[in-house]
Amino acid sequence: MISKRIELMVGLFLLAGISAILVLGIKVADSQLGGNSASYQLTAKFDNIGGLKVRSAIKVGGVVVGRVSSISLDEDFSPNVTMDIDTQYNQFPDSSSVAILTSGLLGEQFIGLTPGFVDEETELLTNGDAIEDTRSAMVLEDLIGQFLYGSNDD
Amino acid sequence: MISSDNIIEISNLHFSREERAIYQDINLKVPRGKVTAIMGPSGIGKTTLLRLIGGQLKPSSGAIEFDGDDITQCNRKQLYKVRRKMGMLFQSGALFTEMSVFDNIAFPIREHTDLSESIIRKIVLMKLEAVGLRGAAKLFPSELSGGMARRAALARSIALDPELIMYDEPFAGQDPISMGVIVRLIRELNDALGLTSIVVSHDVEEVLSIADYVYIVANKTVIAHGTPEQLRHESSEQVIQFMQGKPDGPVPFHFPSDDYKKDIFNNA
Amino acid sequence: MLDKRLQSLGRHGVDFITGAGRAGALLIGALKPAGRGLKLLPLLIKQLYIVGVQSLIIIVVSGLFIGMVLSLQGYTILVGYGAEQSLGQMVALSLLRELGPVVSALLFAGRAGSALTAEIGLMKSNEQLSSLEMMAIDPLHQVIAPRFWAGIISLPLLSAIFSTVGILGGHLVGVDWLGVDTGAFWSVMQASVEWQEDIVNGGIKSLVFAVVVTWIALHKGYDAVPTSEGISKATTSTVVQSSLAILGLDFVLTALMFG
Repeated sequence: MISKRIELMVGLFLLAGISAILVLGIKVADSQLGGNSASYQLTAKFDNIGGLKVRSAIKVGGVVVGRVSSISLDEDFSPNVTMDIDTQYNQFPDSSSVAILTSGLLGEQFIGLTPGFVDEETELLTNGDAIEDTRSAMVLEDLIGQFLYGSNDD
Repeated sequence: MISSDNIIEISNLHFSREERAIYQDINLKVPRGKVTAIMGPSGIGKTTLLRLIGGQLKPSSGAIEFDGDDITQCNRKQLYKVRRKMGMLFQSGALFTEMSVFDNIAFPIREHTDLSESIIRKIVLMKLEAVGLRGAAKLFPSELSGGMARRAALARSIALDPELIMYDEPFAGQDPISMGVIVRLIRELNDALGLTSIVVSHDVEEVLSIADYVYIVANKTVIAHGTPEQLRHESSEQVIQFMQGKPDGPVPFHFPSDDYKKDIFNNA
Repeated sequence: MLDKRLQSLGRHGVDFITGAGRAGALLIGALKPAGRGLKLLPLLIKQLYIVGVQSLIIIVVSGLFIGMVLSLQGYTILVGYGAEQSLGQMVALSLLRELGPVVSALLFAGRAGSALTAEIGLMKSNEQLSSLEMMAIDPLHQVIAPRFWAGIISLPLLSAIFSTVGILGGHLVGVDWLGVDTGAFWSVMQASVEWQEDIVNGGIKSLVFAVVVTWIALHKGYDAVPTSEGISKATTSTVVQSSLAILGLDFVLTALMFG
């Protein structure tokens, strides 16, 4: 009842549509299809997180190793950030530090993780550990204030 | 007549559409194996009557008995079962425009049976041969003339060998030749296949030439019925006006209006 | 005077509710498979051809041009901040989140929706639907269901194709003509586009639009007054109501997903 040509065209159409979805998934979003690889969680407490958001990147030397999974406020009113770190990067010592950085002058904010020194006292960070050494986001208003009044304070 | 001789018995049928009464108290019997005609002026809903018989519309009250089943009381499933015993030839033919003539006629067979393609092909060709269109099997409905489309549709309505076939205005808009062909087909199919036929039409001469029994419907009810011979000698003015096509009579030439002179001179 | 207005208001209300009821019944009838799976497949393929394949050209061409325009406009704005490297991100996010689903649904309503309404209206007016009923075949299964599924399958695919072609068009203008670095174009895009948040959400939008547009189109055709005037009215109202529904639902969905 239906000509082969129509069946062929419909087949090509379905194929084109599905490959478009695949292109979007792989080339555009650069996601590993088939689920995210396993991750472990670290927390860090900041004074001020600036414009950091859930799903912001966590980078080591510019390489994305994880993403912010949640942001909450502690009892002492300081922001607590939970980070999902890919398990393939699980060699960070507990002397590592994190800082909230900005990509470019107006770009989005991310967490820069700097691996610390290793000696016999340090242990590796594991799931649920907290990073003690944190540096908060630079807030432009504070910077300007320091610049204006800084000389008087000294 | 005992009741089993009638394939359809309609009793005390009332039907109204949006508060406007279409039928009041219709009583009608269709004898099995005969050609029964339903005639009447246009606009009185003769097609509606066929749709009531087919169960596409529900009457306000009354009963329609088809082969022992009351159509008005059937649920959807029963209705679909009953309809397999009916065929209907629509005024426009209603062929499926996206299929060839062959597929159109094969369609109800494919839908309702599990016959193999080779048997279906034989059945379809037989039906097409019966209406004289075997040569047109490969054509599409858009390539057929009006008369041919109607014959193809007729072949489709008899595809599943129904017991009853209903013709909705089969003669409307046909040239004399195709009219003659259809008149002959209705009669021949009825007799050869042992069908019962209902013809709805207002073409008096053609209907009288093939019908075994005729009902005339007007003013929302049956005004006369009988064999063609009886009706020709009917004395009621209404029937005479309709049968002979007189412009004025009980059915007035003028649409109801105020007094003519008053209307003309009252230009204020 | 007031009396009449109240009356007509009431009548419109009743009409609306009965219309909605009929539309609901139509949807349920179309969704019931009724054990005819295999017999429906050829019909579905045919409708996929009419609804999907035949909409492909307008989708590809529009997607290409919209991607190119986005890129051109975005470049002139971003270059003012020295942020033209974010062009890829801007083009991809606009297309995936909004323009892909919305514009392809609007085009689909105009191209396929109106055709569905007109076709079914015509089938009704030349008694094809009645004749199906008289052949003891439910037109909801035979006519409505395959068209409904074809619409639901086609639109999300068309919208994915639209976005993909749009991004390629944006690349063409941004990278090949305006000289944005191709590496930056892709990497900024890849860093910002999320599978779950952007692509899946865009797909959900497009699925919702597909259901709504196809449903409106089929209902309008099935409910049309079977005259040439009635069919043309039904076709117009398919396009108008689908477009309004798409834009309204887009706001609601965006608020739910990204709000």
